[in-house]
Amino acid sequence: MGAGVARETVRAAAEQEPRVRGGYRTLRRLARARTGWVGSALLVLVIAVALAAPLVAPYGFNELSLANRLKPPAWLGGGTSAHLLGTDPLGRDMLSRVIWAARTSLGIAGISVLVAMVFGVMIGLLSGFYGGWLDMLVMRLADMQLSFPYLLLAIAVMALLHPTLANLIIVLALRSWVVYARTVRSSVQVAKQREFVEAAVALGASDRRIITRHLTPNVIAPIIVISSFQLAELIITESSLSFLGLGVQPPTPSWGGMLSQGREYLTSAWWLGVFPGLMIILTVLGINLFGDALRDAMDPRLKV
Amino acid sequence: MASIVLSRLVQAVPSLLGVTIIAFVLLHLSGDITQLLLPMEASEQVRADFRRAYGLDQPIPVQYAHYLARLVQGDFGQSFAYRRPAMEVVLERLPATLELSAAALLIALTIAIPAGIISAVKRNSVFDHLSMGVVLLGQSVPTFWLGMLMILVFAVVLHALPVSGRGSFAQLVLPSVTLAMWLLALVARLTRSGMLEVLSQDYIRTARAKGLAEVVVTTRHAVRNALVPIVTVVGLQVGGLLGGAVMTEAVFAWPGVGTLVLESILKRVYPVVLAALIMVAAAFVLINLMVDLLCGYLDPRVRTGRRG
Repeated sequence: MGAGVARETVRAAAEQEPRVRGGYRTLRRLARARTGWVGSALLVLVIAVALAAPLVAPYGFNELSLANRLKPPAWLGGGTSAHLLGTDPLGRDMLSRVIWAARTSLGIAGISVLVAMVFGVMIGLLSGFYGGWLDMLVMRLADMQLSFPYLLLAIAVMALLHPTLANLIIVLALRSWVVYARTVRSSVQVAKQREFVEAAVALGASDRRIITRHLTPNVIAPIIVISSFQLAELIITESSLSFLGLGVQPPTPSWGGMLSQGREYLTSAWWLGVFPGLMIILTVLGINLFGDALRDAMDPRLKV
Repeated sequence: MASIVLSRLVQAVPSLLGVTIIAFVLLHLSGDITQLLLPMEASEQVRADFRRAYGLDQPIPVQYAHYLARLVQGDFGQSFAYRRPAMEVVLERLPATLELSAAALLIALTIAIPAGIISAVKRNSVFDHLSMGVVLLGQSVPTFWLGMLMILVFAVVLHALPVSGRGSFAQLVLPSVTLAMWLLALVARLTRSGMLEVLSQDYIRTARAKGLAEVVVTTRHAVRNALVPIVTVVGLQVGGLLGGAVMTEAVFAWPGVGTLVLESILKRVYPVVLAALIMVAAAFVLINLMVDLLCGYLDPRVRTGRRG
């Protein structure tokens, strides 16, 4: 009888654990942040344009028109309204290419963030929960990687292996997994000391159940915030690699790749080097504004 | 102090070993070296002889041991295209990169720290909003694109500064400002939040209650305490600074390690790429050691080993 009551109490404690803490409150606070609105508007716009590229882009990304080479933007002398942002040295429409490139850049950065998230969170959960030699190994690796000029490493990897899409995603994901693993690990280390985990252990829950049902919900808030900042980071990293010719390969359009062409024509056709860069900065600025507001709304003390 | 230096040096060993392993693995994954170095029509017999002569037929761990042994002796391999030891080629370019990075660091710190302090002290003022706006932009702009804009505005349109190259002071201005921007944004933001935290501490209230002038409270009591975490963060960002230097060098044709790496990639001189990777890692470890010592100097708690 007494055991039954104790069991009930323990079960009640286990059920009291905070799920995603105050999801509704978070949304309300988020809605009040003005900069957050600006950020999400920018982000939604870029994503919508990327998704609707076949509909909104006036031309294909590789549609050549040798008669219309290096046309300036429409509002300058010599420009035509057929090519609002001008054309490149092959007569390809800049507006269309910038739109199609949004697909490439957002897609690659998005997939890489997902890959990094899955691996980083898994490693962080295991390393935080079990500790021991696994934890030691993972954290040494993380320290090693964080303390290293990553971009140089990425350049070496992409140059010595081949700059394929898969390699690019692996290299980008390598950049971010550490951030997830470290944050999740420290959250788990705190969470596993709490009563609801103790209660779950007392009820005889398996490690797997404790990790998936009790610990994972506690790391969701930092994961979402980290993801927004990592997305921004990886968009810049991908464009840097593509700018050097070690990322996305032509003819696939990417903002970084377009800028490397723009660099050659900087003195004669500035629009080649300006518009793709503007797209990068608008996208990244949108994500950063949104991420800042999200962090403040979820937990102002969160330092990620 | 000596024990700190020693323990940090010991801690650096696994990191450096890790880098050499990565370099070695990359070199192996990059393909059959005989394809790269021997003429296409070389027979299989010639290729096998070549591999034997260079120890490439031995088990991978043995090859790594040999590789490591050569590295320890300072032999990073020959760069066939440059016809000189890879190490020598890299060392020649290192000063240019360090010069650029140091200039950028100087610019970033001299602007960011005062800006962050003023932002915190005059919280929500016009200056605060303005500088935080600049910070946000600075964190969102890719280094290489900022460099292109700088060239476009200051060199192409205004004809005020040279487009590229190294030698004169004028040539250092655009690349170093470009490289500084991102660090400037980071440091200004950190200084501001660090100062805000320190300013809410009890000892600041005590200092004010004593009737000290606000200037004294800010400079003597707050800034010194806010600076310690900033020094640590800046130290950790040196890796990012060197990475940014690669991009900046690429845009401005600055003859540093970054452009050397890119040139070597085009020429497929991989020993130089890997030598650069290892050298930069070593430079990075050294810089971090110096940062740790500086922290010890600024904060006695660190010096005595009681890290907060």
